[in-house]
Amino acid sequence: CAGEENWVDSRTVYIGHKEPPPGAEAYIPQRYPDNRIVSSKYTFWSFIPKNLFEQFRRIANFYFLVIFLVQLIIDTPTSPVTSGLPLFFVITVTAIKQGYEDWLRHKADCSINECPVDVVQQEKVVRTQSNKLRVGDIVMVREDETFPCDLIFLSSSRDDGTCYVTTTSLDGESSHKTYYAVPDTMAFKTEQEVDSLHATIECEQPQPDLYKFVGRINIYKDKEEPVSRTLGAENLLLRGATLKNTQHIFAVAVYTGMETKMALNYQSKSQKRSAVEKSMNAFLIVYLCILISKAVINTVLKYAWQWSPDRDEPWYNHRTEIERQRHVVIRAFTDFLAFMVLFNYIIPVSMYVTVEMQKFLGSYFITWDEEMFDEELGQGAQVNTSDLNEELGQVEYVFTDKTGTLTENNMEFIECCVDGNVYIPHAICNGQILSAASSIDMIDSSPGGYRREYEDLFFRALCLCHTVQVKEEETVDGIKRGIHQGRPTSFYISSSPDEVALVEGMKRLGYTYLRLKDNYMEILNKDDEIERFELLHVLNFDSVRRRMSVIVKSVSGEYLLFCKGADSSIFPRIVSGKVEQVKAHVEQNAVEGLRTLCVAYRRLSESEYQEACHYLTEAKLSLQDREQRLAQAYDVIERDFVLLGATAVEDRLQEKAADTIESLHKAGIKVWVLTGDKMETAAATCYASKLFRRSTQILELTKKRTKEQSLHDVLFELNRTVLRQRSISGLSVDCLDFGLIIDGATLSAVLKPTQEVSGHGNYREIFLEICRNCSAVLCCRMAPLQKAQIVKLIKSSKEHPITLAIGDGANDVSMILEAHVGIGEFNCILK
Amino acid sequence: MVKHEQEESPNRPDNTAFTQQRLPAWQPILSAGIVIPGFVLIGLAFIGVGVGLFITSRDVQVLELDYTGAVATDPCYKCSDPSIKDCKCTMEFHLDTLFRGPVFIYYGLTNYFQNQRKYGISKDDNQLYGDLDTFKSPASECSPYDYDSKSKPIVPCGALANSMFNDTFKLYRMVNGSKKEVPLNGKGIAWWTDQNVKYRNPSGTPLINAFNGTVKPINWPKAAYELDTTDVYNNGFINQDFLVWMRRAALPDFRKLYRRITKDEYQAGLPAGNYSLEISYNYHVLSFKGKKKLVLSNVSWMGGKNDFLGIAYLVVGSLCVFMSIVMLIVYAKFKFPEED
Repeated sequence: CAGEENWVDSRTVYIGHKEPPPGAEAYIPQRYPDNRIVSSKYTFWSFIPKNLFEQFRRIANFYFLVIFLVQLIIDTPTSPVTSGLPLFFVITVTAIKQGYEDWLRHKADCSINECPVDVVQQEKVVRTQSNKLRVGDIVMVREDETFPCDLIFLSSSRDDGTCYVTTTSLDGESSHKTYYAVPDTMAFKTEQEVDSLHATIECEQPQPDLYKFVGRINIYKDKEEPVSRTLGAENLLLRGATLKNTQHIFAVAVYTGMETKMALNYQSKSQKRSAVEKSMNAFLIVYLCILISKAVINTVLKYAWQWSPDRDEPWYNHRTEIERQRHVVIRAFTDFLAFMVLFNYIIPVSMYVTVEMQKFLGSYFITWDEEMFDEELGQGAQVNTSDLNEELGQVEYVFTDKTGTLTENNMEFIECCVDGNVYIPHAICNGQILSAASSIDMIDSSPGGYRREYEDLFFRALCLCHTVQVKEEETVDGIKRGIHQGRPTSFYISSSPDEVALVEGMKRLGYTYLRLKDNYMEILNKDDEIERFELLHVLNFDSVRRRMSVIVKSVSGEYLLFCKGADSSIFPRIVSGKVEQVKAHVEQNAVEGLRTLCVAYRRLSESEYQEACHYLTEAKLSLQDREQRLAQAYDVIERDFVLLGATAVEDRLQEKAADTIESLHKAGIKVWVLTGDKMETAAATCYASKLFRRSTQILELTKKRTKEQSLHDVLFELNRTVLRQRSISGLSVDCLDFGLIIDGATLSAVLKPTQEVSGHGNYREIFLEICRNCSAVLCCRMAPLQKAQIVKLIKSSKEHPITLAIGDGANDVSMILEAHVGIGEFNCILK
Repeated sequence: MVKHEQEESPNRPDNTAFTQQRLPAWQPILSAGIVIPGFVLIGLAFIGVGVGLFITSRDVQVLELDYTGAVATDPCYKCSDPSIKDCKCTMEFHLDTLFRGPVFIYYGLTNYFQNQRKYGISKDDNQLYGDLDTFKSPASECSPYDYDSKSKPIVPCGALANSMFNDTFKLYRMVNGSKKEVPLNGKGIAWWTDQNVKYRNPSGTPLINAFNGTVKPINWPKAAYELDTTDVYNNGFINQDFLVWMRRAALPDFRKLYRRITKDEYQAGLPAGNYSLEISYNYHVLSFKGKKKLVLSNVSWMGGKNDFLGIAYLVVGSLCVFMSIVMLIVYAKFKFPEED
């Protein structure tokens, strides 16, 4: 009876498998898959038939099988062994290879499915295997553990009901994201409490979009009306993400196994076929036609020739009685087949074997290449399939991931500019704090007292205005750096690697952020004195405002508001400061491909502070439109700034990334950067890697822009720009090249089939037309499946170009699988 | 990040010329300066070889005597009727000059398809290797020449053996009105491997015992063990004439070696004069519109008479020279003006 229910649009999950109190709703059991992930292709029993079927789908194999069978059945000039043996050899070797690969996948699946998971059962935490997890189970996840399935966040060890999560392996964003528990379940902090929770979750059926989730939680309390709360993407913890910075959380499983968003984002593993193989298959058909016509002609000629009886059956060569009695049609047909067998070498089996061998050896040459050897990893290139070697030379489009592929995903503080003066910290010397004199290079000096004050404020601002946490850890982690050598190492951890870089940069300039203790932030200043500031409010960063602020109270009782953010969001709110100088500096840094932030402050009087406090608390307490109200409050508070300076942080590009991209450009290969990152960051990297040059005219196709105009208009306008340019540049020698920036939301709008008059596929065509004229395209805020969609879009455009995808994270897997040639990286991120 | 100073990683690829693709390579650059002289040289060499071959081939003497008897005026016309048994006929011929030795005598057949696939495989190699088991049950390929009408196994079985050529010839030289027989040498006309490796008589003497319970091929006048009763090493399956026949011809018009003239005064060749050829006519070819002939020929260092090879060399050589001249003209026309 469950069969029908599987098709309803929503599912109801009973937390802890407890049925709701009678009268709520009828209990409709649905059948969910278990939490088993299957990436292998074959089972023990299906291996032989399935593998044989797949192998004989290759036209060549099938052809030789047919020839072999014909030879077995009829009396032919050549023995069946001549075609049977090589076929058998090829099939067996391939089957062994594929069987071995699948065995490895089975092993990998097994280890994933059997990894331990903590489940709350009867008020106790029970350790069980991951594949035993069912929808409705309450799971406890500890720090640095990966979520075993898609979970609804119930409560965390943190008081505010939040937890930090990194989704690097899902969408490539290395930053920590904050997830929120529903306020009504926040209080259930121990396993006993959680197990007593009586609630149901209604949510949509699984869908692959990582950033979309709609659901509702109904909490039943004794004798009270059930409380209903909406659930969004910020409550859903995705399989594959990792819990950070939070001791443990409790969450309930809603999607398991192959229904998790991660599994849905994986595409089916189809075997990649090279373009050469495809065209070879086409030629094979041509040759097959030639062969058949040849056999037909020869059969006809044979019967024409034996028309006269003295040739048909001379006295020295009589037929047997059986042959004489055989019907002429059958005789002609067997003759036809015999001719087929006789001429079957027009499709040479040796060619296939030679090509295979050649590719096989070619793949070894790639493996052996010394220039592709990585000293740090101690590993050379690894070739997963030898079928695609020849494709490498035909690539027209390169799709690359940004984080970790173009860049090292390793931020570094480069310089800062205080009031027009530039400070460059020296390279870190074993992490030791350097004295003030040696750690600051003054490029130009200006009078003391006034400058001094700005400098102090600037450094304090950077030390205070962040959400960095200090964590002491014994083990050495690859990405975070230690504060002190020798002592138990501590790390700065933050949701944004930029902040870590800034705080570390400050440390190198002599101001060390020590910790947040009892709401007091402690700073070790240049003179080795500890300064304490009371942290009053944090105005969190968001991508709309593009800035963040803190309100602190100094020991002397001053209220200070420090703000840092993107230049475009700070400058309009400045009332004083050396705007021009800083602006020039910021622009210069941006051209160099550095990520810039501006820093400003505002002194608050007691009354102003009280007012701000009032705004904030009111907004925070509001139940409806909280986001909007908060934004309004922030807008009111963050104004009348005094500009302090700017910072420059570098997400270091991989060695020779710019050179590589430049040579790719020269070779006429179009490079697309597909990233989950935000637009500004991605654009900066593109400039740094010379993907966009200064002369490049940037076309923007982003949500921001489509909000103002309709998508339709924007697309047509861009198209016109491109076409006009092309008609002009047809005459001039150096043509302006275009770069396109598009974000995920707009892309899905472009690709969405519309019911408008223009019809479905029209936007697609225009978009493709624009892309075709751009030498570089940047796609930001991409979900993994969207990356694959883009690749597919280009692949199926009318020129049928060969595409290559390169990436390092699990979020690139679907894109890599979609492209003709896929390159995965061994990387520090994805171990 | 802690970096280990790695001296030499175990995974490091070998730094050899082969693995790093630095093996020395050479590719010819086909410029006019190389191609034109090259063509001239190749052309001249071909012309030289062609002239040599053509002259050699022209010096080879060949005499063909058609004795099919298809026309009433032919001396063998009376024998061409299949109903006449043991027919003998004689052909006269005249040699104007000395026919240089060693002289080879061939018999030739036309429109005869020894290359037909079914015909070619219609034999039992095990039987011909002397395997007595297969004497009782010949291989199925031999069908319909495996059993006679009384279901007795035929040895040697198959269409190939059954159709063995069985005309015999005697050559006489007319000296002063009297016939003098020219001795013909039947030794060493078959392949050594056929006689010593591939074919073997069944063990046991006399040979006839092995053939108990079998019958001779339908077309044969006498059984295999009677082919040459005078010489054990030329009897049965290793009979030279049998071996020559069993080695199939590739084309429908072929000739096979019959005898050599190497003895006595004929070592130097057949002197000029009149000769008479006595044929015992047993083999019928008119039913399939074939012809029979006897061929006398001598050989040169390059084998028998073959004008084609020399002509082919001459044509290719002259083409090369011609092309080199064309290329020189093209080169002169389009290359030299630029250098001015």
